[in-house]
Amino acid sequence: MRLLKDALARRAMGLITALPAVLVLLIVVGLFLKSKAIVAVEPLSRLLFSSAWHPVQGQFGLLPFIVGTVWVTVTALVLAVPVSIFAAIYLSEYAPRWVRESAKPVVDLLAGLPSVVYGVWGVILVVPFVGNVLAPLAGVHSSGYSILAGGIVLAIMTFPTIIHVTLEVFASVPLALREASLSLGATKWETTRRVVLRKGAQGILAASVLGFSRAFGETMAVLMVVGNVPAVPRSLFDAGYPLPALIANNYGEMMSIPRYDAALMAAALVLTLIVLFFNVLARRILVQVERRVR
Amino acid sequence: MNGLAERSLGRRKRADLFFRILAAASAGLVLLALLLILGTILWKSVPALSLSMLTKTPKGGFYLGKEGGILNAIAGSLYLAAGATALAFLLSLPLALYLNLYKGRGSKTAAWTRFFLDVLWGVPSIVYGVFGFIVMLALGLRASLLAGILTVALLEFPIMCRAIDEVMRLVPRELKEASDSLGATRFETAFKVFVRQAAPGILTGVLLAFGRGIGDAASVLFTAGFTDRVPASLADPAATLPLAIFFQLGTPFPEVQQRAYASAAVLTLIILLISLAGRAMGRKATRHVVK
Repeated sequence: MRLLKDALARRAMGLITALPAVLVLLIVVGLFLKSKAIVAVEPLSRLLFSSAWHPVQGQFGLLPFIVGTVWVTVTALVLAVPVSIFAAIYLSEYAPRWVRESAKPVVDLLAGLPSVVYGVWGVILVVPFVGNVLAPLAGVHSSGYSILAGGIVLAIMTFPTIIHVTLEVFASVPLALREASLSLGATKWETTRRVVLRKGAQGILAASVLGFSRAFGETMAVLMVVGNVPAVPRSLFDAGYPLPALIANNYGEMMSIPRYDAALMAAALVLTLIVLFFNVLARRILVQVERRVR
Repeated sequence: MNGLAERSLGRRKRADLFFRILAAASAGLVLLALLLILGTILWKSVPALSLSMLTKTPKGGFYLGKEGGILNAIAGSLYLAAGATALAFLLSLPLALYLNLYKGRGSKTAAWTRFFLDVLWGVPSIVYGVFGFIVMLALGLRASLLAGILTVALLEFPIMCRAIDEVMRLVPRELKEASDSLGATRFETAFKVFVRQAAPGILTGVLLAFGRGIGDAASVLFTAGFTDRVPASLADPAATLPLAIFFQLGTPFPEVQQRAYASAAVLTLIILLISLAGRAMGRKATRHVVK
C-alpha cells in the first residue's frame, strides 16, 4: 500500500515536471498559430519594419511600437545599470554588515511593489517632473507623458533585478582574491575595479541583460506614463507607444476589425521571442559564471 | 599594473574616497526611490480611505458613478489571488519535491526543468494575459473569476516553484538519508521530512507569489473582466485592485479618482503587510525544523 502510494506520487510528480517546458512551448506555439492570419498575408518585413499603423485600412506596421519599446528600455537601462552596479558595489564591498542586512528588505520591497503602483507614482510625480522641470531645462515642450518618464519609472523597477543578480555575482568572487589584492597595497576601490569587477564582468553583463528582458516586457507602469502615440519617437521627450502597451490598450476592441486580432498576436509573439532570447542569453552566461567559480 | 607605483598615494586614496561616496550615493538613491514611491503613494492615497470606501461597491458604474467604494475590487482581488495561489501551490510543491527528492543533484532533467522555470519567470505578464485569453476562448469561457485565477496561477507558478525549490535545496542530505534508512518511502520522506523542514521557506515563497498575483494587472486585463459587484461565483467577472487603479485614475471625476487612490493605498498596504509577514515567517515558523 505504501509502495503503491509512492509509485503513484512519483508518476504524478513526474508529469508535473514536464509542465514548465510544455508551457513555454504552448505559449510560443499558441501565439504563432493565432498570428498566422497576419503573417500569412503580410510579408514579415512589412510587418516588422513599416511604420504605417492604420488598422482600419488594414495596415499593421509594428515599427513604431518596436522602436518605442527599445527607446524606453534603453533609457531605463542607461539610468539603472550604473546606479544598480554602484549600489551593489557599495553593499558588497564597502557597507557594514547591518547596512547590507537591512538593504535586502528594501530591494525585495522594490521588486514586490505592483507595477500599477509604480504607474500611479509616475503619473503623480515623474510625469509633472519631466514636463515642468526637465523639458524646460532641455529647451523643449513636452506634456511629460514621454519616453523619458517611462524610462525613469522603468529604471527604478529594474533596480532590484540588476542589484540582486550583481550581488550574487560579487559574492561568488573568492574572498582570498580580494585579500591578496589588498595585501599588495591596493586600495579598496582598486581591488574592486581590478579584481571584483574584472572577475564579475560576465555576471554583471548577465545581470544587465536580465534587467533588459524584464524591462522590455513591462506593461502597466510604462503604459500609464509613456503617452501612447503610435509614431516613431524622435526624442526622449516625445511620447512613445511600446509593444506591451499596444496589446494592453487594444485587446478589447480588436474583434471588430479583420486581422487586427492577428496583428496584436504577432506583436505579442515578437515581444515574447525578444524577451525569451535575452532571458535565455542571460541564463546561459550565468550558468557559465557559476560553473567557472565552482 | 603599470601605474600603481607612479601615482601618488594621495591621489589613489582620493580616488578610493570618491568611488566610495559614489557607491554609497547610488545605494542611497535606491533607498530614496523606494521611500519616495511609498511616501507619495501613501500621502496621496491614505486620505482617500474611509470606512464606506472599504465596505461599499461603486454606484452608477465604476467609471462614471461618483458614489460608493471599492469593496468589489478588494473582494475580487483577494478571491482571485487566493484561488490562483492555491492552484499554483498544488503544482509547485510536488514539482519542487520531485526535483529535490526523486532527481539527484546532477540530474539533467532537473537542470532543464529549472531552466524552463526561469524562462517562464521571465515571460512578461501581458503575455500571460494574452495566452490566458487564448486558452479562455479555446475552453469556451468568458472573462470571469475562473479565467483570471487560471491565468494568474500560471504567472505565479514559476515564481513560487523556484522559491520553494531554492529552500528545498538547502535541506541537508543527511536528513533524507536518515529517513531512507528508517524504511520510509520517498513519498513519506517528502511530506514528513522535506515539507516540514522547508516550511518557513515554503510559506515565504507562497506569500511572495501571492503578492505578485494580487498586484498584477496585465494578466487579468482580458481574463478577469471588471464589474461593480462582488463576484458570487467562479463564472462571474471579478474586479481587481490593480485594474481599479488603472481604470479609475483616468476618469475626469475627482470622486472616482479618489477610488483609484484608495485602491492604491489598499494594494500598497497589502504588499507591505505581505513583505513584513514573509520576514516574520522566515524567522518564526521554525518549530519543526531540525537545525
